[in-house]
Amino acid sequence: KYLSTFIKTLKYMRSPPTPEMATQEVPLNETLAHLKTESETLKSKLEEERAKLHDVELHQVAEKVEGLGQFVMKTRRTLKGHGNKVLCMDWCKDKRRIVSSSQDGKVIVWDAFTTNKEHAVTMPCTWVMACAYAPSGCAVACGGLDNKCSVYPLSLDKNENLAAKKKSVAMHTNYLSACSFTNSDMQILTSSGDGTCALWDVESGQLLQSFHGHAADVLCLDLAPSETGNTFVSGGCDKKANVWDMRSGQCIQSFETHESDINSVRYYPSGDAFASGSDDATCRLYDLRADREVAIYSKDSIIFGVSSVDFSLSGRLLFGGYNDYTINVWDVLKGTRVSILFGHENRVSTLRVSPDGTAFCTGSWDHTLRIWA
Amino acid sequence: MLWIHSDSFHRPSLLLLFSFIHLCFQLESILLEMQDPKIGVKGTEQKLNISTIPHVIAGNDIIAWISNKMKTSTEEAQAFGTMLVAYGYIYPLQNHKKLVMCNDSSLYRFQTPYFWPTQKWVPDDSDYGIFTLLLHAVCLCFKQAHYNHLHEWLNHKWDFIVMQATEQYKAGKERKKPDRVVFDCQERAYWMVNRPPVSLSNSNMFYQQAIMRSKVKSSVSLGALVKYITTYKNHDPFLASCLPSNPWQTDHDAYWTLNMRRVEVPTKMRVERWSFSLFELLSDLRGRDDFKIFLKKEFSGENLAFWEAAEELKWGTASSMSTKAETIFKTFLAPGAPRWINIDGRTMGLTVKGLEHPHRYVLEAAQTHVFMLMKKDTFFRYLKSPTYKDIQKKALNPEQHNFSPANLEQNALNRSPGIHPIILWQQEEEEKAKVAAASAPVDVKAMMSKIDRKK
Repeated sequence: KYLSTFIKTLKYMRSPPTPEMATQEVPLNETLAHLKTESETLKSKLEEERAKLHDVELHQVAEKVEGLGQFVMKTRRTLKGHGNKVLCMDWCKDKRRIVSSSQDGKVIVWDAFTTNKEHAVTMPCTWVMACAYAPSGCAVACGGLDNKCSVYPLSLDKNENLAAKKKSVAMHTNYLSACSFTNSDMQILTSSGDGTCALWDVESGQLLQSFHGHAADVLCLDLAPSETGNTFVSGGCDKKANVWDMRSGQCIQSFETHESDINSVRYYPSGDAFASGSDDATCRLYDLRADREVAIYSKDSIIFGVSSVDFSLSGRLLFGGYNDYTINVWDVLKGTRVSILFGHENRVSTLRVSPDGTAFCTGSWDHTLRIWA
Repeated sequence: MLWIHSDSFHRPSLLLLFSFIHLCFQLESILLEMQDPKIGVKGTEQKLNISTIPHVIAGNDIIAWISNKMKTSTEEAQAFGTMLVAYGYIYPLQNHKKLVMCNDSSLYRFQTPYFWPTQKWVPDDSDYGIFTLLLHAVCLCFKQAHYNHLHEWLNHKWDFIVMQATEQYKAGKERKKPDRVVFDCQERAYWMVNRPPVSLSNSNMFYQQAIMRSKVKSSVSLGALVKYITTYKNHDPFLASCLPSNPWQTDHDAYWTLNMRRVEVPTKMRVERWSFSLFELLSDLRGRDDFKIFLKKEFSGENLAFWEAAEELKWGTASSMSTKAETIFKTFLAPGAPRWINIDGRTMGLTVKGLEHPHRYVLEAAQTHVFMLMKKDTFFRYLKSPTYKDIQKKALNPEQHNFSPANLEQNALNRSPGIHPIILWQQEEEEKAKVAAASAPVDVKAMMSKIDRKK
């Protein structure tokens, strides 16, 4: 009997390399030491190249920009209904509906404007860490400790049992940490504790592309809002933020400046930069064209990790949800904190700005979601 | 304890971790037994060219031992054996690239504990997903005896450490050829199993590519970020007021009704936003409609139609790929096609060739080319056109709401439910179908050949 437990156990450990991986040629004549020194040389050369083009700091460019006024941001709605920690949420393109998921396996679709609960699904697993609303508004996707991402088509009939039409799409070998639809309802991008990201065809469940390169759990991802729409960024427990080409599966850029797990990554609205939030209590801004980190948003008084970040519509404000129950609002250009918001009674686990930028929503371990404007 | 240093939710409880480690060291105790000279698997020496490798075991012997010890079938024993190889506890001497346990005379060796997977995952907290499975195991193991096993484990570990140190000391001291060969085999086997997905040589290649990648001066890229913010400043509801009001603040959803997908007359802010970039214009479907009106007047709608069709292909279902590719080829790319797009010869050649084996990115080059054409030329002509100036004039500029506290209370009680997104989507699909049916050009050639084939 413990034999089968062992086999199950081993299966869920870092999954063994497939026979294909094992057939790659090992460069036996290049010793590891040689490769390592080459690696160090290349790394410093890259830093040199980056430094050559670094002719100005962000705050210098920001000097010419007007300062921000005072902000009045308040909780406009409190959504109560989850029986346990809220782990994730996402907005519908209609700018008022949201989907949220929690530790007790419940996924709820709300009309946040009226605060009505429209749909509720109970997942067969606990810790539903990822959820996403489909671009059409006709379905939601979610997953977590079941290692899968499932799609539930929504219905106008409130009494319909959504679980009956559930479709299993993604299969990972470890927990699902994040999921997102691409530009249509037909594809889902996922990230997992197994260290990979993957792109799936929803209709067939087929794996379209997988992305290998993180050395540890991948915790978050975000799709680029560009006209080409072919890249996305992911952040992981290996402290790296990687930018990927969805077509080839290649990692095209990588940034390793955080000192701890990266919990959240979000593109700047133009797609030319992205922000990250980490357990090291900082948020950082990375410029993709200059290929470097350009700002660190931190304060001595902030010692708890950032769970989630998002930009306001223009990109001027960066909202961060923190593990010390607060939300800090940063001036992206000047690097200063413009506001601190209180209200949640436990850590803020998720934060997203609405599609038209009129509000942002936070989910917390205090079982509630709040809409702020 | 290393694994409880932070309050993050995905750290497992101490108890679960203990039971997991407990199971893993039971595994290691099995391996210890397998290597016992008296009761373990019988090993021999194996000649490899001129050297002799000690402690070599045959696959069928291992499987028989496991089967006997654990009272299982041969298949189960073989599966277990394969797992031991896959995770690096045992490695194959021949055919070292295939990490399976074969039930024949294939030769294997026990991996030195130095290279065991457990050596590096004790401080690692990434495998907590396992713990849900082990909840069952925990219920069984939940006894005081649990802690005694841990103590026993510590003693085992000491044996392993001694065994490991002895092997390395021997290899270092004597540097005998057989030991060197053995060590190389072990190290190679370790890297076979544990090589990270991006190996050192791959990551060096990555650095080289990164060094050569074109980068932009900070002043240029940061300048662009600032420019974006300045452009969108008045459109950011957190920085400037929404007109007539922010629905979340006043409980009145006029802002959303005025900006719906299919309004007759859009707002001034919305029309202004279309002028920021072609991407903005196309992303707002109402803007795209207006652009199409302009293109119709210019008789140059095929570029946008092609771009839309390429988007449908890129983001569509895997199963629809070939049919869509065929339709696109017939409509836009084939010589004499009804909506033939004018792209350069090289791109056309590449695209047509790619369509022989269509995949979702087959139109990438052509689509980018067409998008650039529209961006650099058509878009600017649109912004100067009577179509755009017309809509700018007509556009609404709603008055700022001025609600009294009593009004606000009323609003809060009468929050409008709006139209459900599913209904909106259904309406949208109906409209699309109508438009497609109305504008489908009569493909005379296709019809003729269809008739020919029927004959």
